[in-house]
Amino acid sequence: MRNIFVIAERDFKTYFTSPIAYVVLTIFILLAGFFFSLILNNMLEMSTMRAMQSAQTGQPPEPYDMPGEVSRAFLNVVSSIMLFIFPMITMALFSEEKKRGTIELLLTAPITDLQVVLGKFFAAAGFYVVLLLTTLVEMSVLYVYSSPASGPILTAYLGILLYGLAVVAIGMFISTLTENQIIAAVLSFGTVLMFMLLDAFSRRAGESAKAVLTYLSIIEHLNDFLVGIVSTSHVIYYVSLILVGLFLTYRSLDSLRWRG
Amino acid sequence: MISVENLTKRYANKTAIDGVSFQVEKGEILGFLGPNGAGKTTTMRMITGYMPASGGTIKVDGYDVAEQPLEVRKRIGYLPENPPLYTEMKVHSYLQFVGKLKGVSSSGLRDEVNRVMDLVNITDVRDRIIAKLSKGYKQRVGIAQAMLNDPPVLILDEPTIGLDPKQIHEIRDLVKGLAGNHTVVLSTHILPEVEQTCHRVIIIDHGKIVAVDTPQNLRSQIQGAARIFVEVDGPAADVLSAVKALPGVANAQIASEEGSRNRFQIESETGRDIRVDLARTLVSKGWGLLELRSENMSLEDIFIKLTTAEETVAPPVASAS
Repeated sequence: MRNIFVIAERDFKTYFTSPIAYVVLTIFILLAGFFFSLILNNMLEMSTMRAMQSAQTGQPPEPYDMPGEVSRAFLNVVSSIMLFIFPMITMALFSEEKKRGTIELLLTAPITDLQVVLGKFFAAAGFYVVLLLTTLVEMSVLYVYSSPASGPILTAYLGILLYGLAVVAIGMFISTLTENQIIAAVLSFGTVLMFMLLDAFSRRAGESAKAVLTYLSIIEHLNDFLVGIVSTSHVIYYVSLILVGLFLTYRSLDSLRWRG
Repeated sequence: MISVENLTKRYANKTAIDGVSFQVEKGEILGFLGPNGAGKTTTMRMITGYMPASGGTIKVDGYDVAEQPLEVRKRIGYLPENPPLYTEMKVHSYLQFVGKLKGVSSSGLRDEVNRVMDLVNITDVRDRIIAKLSKGYKQRVGIAQAMLNDPPVLILDEPTIGLDPKQIHEIRDLVKGLAGNHTVVLSTHILPEVEQTCHRVIIIDHGKIVAVDTPQNLRSQIQGAARIFVEVDGPAADVLSAVKALPGVANAQIASEEGSRNRFQIESETGRDIRVDLARTLVSKGWGLLELRSENMSLEDIFIKLTTAEETVAPPVASAS
């Protein structure tokens, strides 16, 4: 356990000793803030229109969960921004170690490969959580000016967390495949984008293929979380994706040893 | 302390290490000598457990590298060919990280890091970022890293590469000081380094052990006839005939002529030191003796000698790989 922590601590700190953390944080915060105000404006326009409609018809406006709509739309956007951001979190995890030869230090230290893999995973996951925590600023705006239902917000965060960990695990695996950070980033981005587009492919596919493709689509599983449903099948999907990512990383390290 | 039996490493289309066996006793310093690509690094990587062997066994302190890798790794300090440095870190925080990896207790960490920094003389750069250090300092940070937690076995892949002569001297002294309590395997392609620091040498080429002996034996055995180089101020032809007339001279030839300053290369018969006679003769004839030295054979020479000698005895069989 201590060994995992030692690795995780160093890797987590590395984000902040290089410019990466600050660039990523800045871009993420700017984008998230921009989309939040955009969503807020849209919602305001919509509610004005509804008010006008009800004034015309003389009917009272239908009850409408505006803070819920805003948080749902916002967190949905956050999950999309993460698609562009996560490769920057994971690209260096192993590629940089390979390039600098420090992998030889890690793989000859009295620690197991699994501890190395988990340590690095927790470091990247930790940085992902930091990113996610910055969105609490937007959320607190919602809480200050309205009273949203907390349940769906919590499940949405749980969903985005699981989705993020899965994506990070995949990115980590891909960073073991190359010494080049850029290649690792592009490959990771492409791979996860494919997982997302499976949803689009599924519309043209036959019945059974459609079911499979939809199930595999990484974004499809997030929708239920966003509306406040925690379904075991979605949790299992993300957890198994995380485990597959970790397992592949572990195996990839092993093959790295063989190839030298 | 280290026992290697029939070690083999095969890649898809190449055999990098072919049935290498050797033992290293406790407290011994063993030198690995060989040209680039001979298999020094690969062998060391397999001892440290970085790379699995394709065949054969390696035991360190009785533990099999393949079966109990963690026990082996606890006992080994390893300096890879390229020092494994996180260049964005400061020297002392890097060493602290490695110390933690190696299981140094948190209470003893600071002292242990100070100890190794002191050993390799890098205390003055403890707060510098590794990327900003010179090659020599980086190399020594790498050595310091290997010494952390005082492992009984040290595997050092070219420890003195990139150091200036004074630093090389310091590191050699450091390594020599480790003998007795520590078992050291180091690789190099600098022959004097092996002679000065190692108790025993293994010469390795094309993945096979070519020779194992003490450095002194190896040199005299290989060198056979000593080669002497002289520079003389005198007529070339006369000098040459005078030298050839000396007892014990096997061969002599003019290496270069520059006016009256002529250089000669002289080979003596095995086991005879002709330098005293040579100098006396030249001086007594009234020629100016400008330089006289016995030429150390470079590793390349020794390799050429070794491989050609091997071939005349038994031509190598084309290995089916």
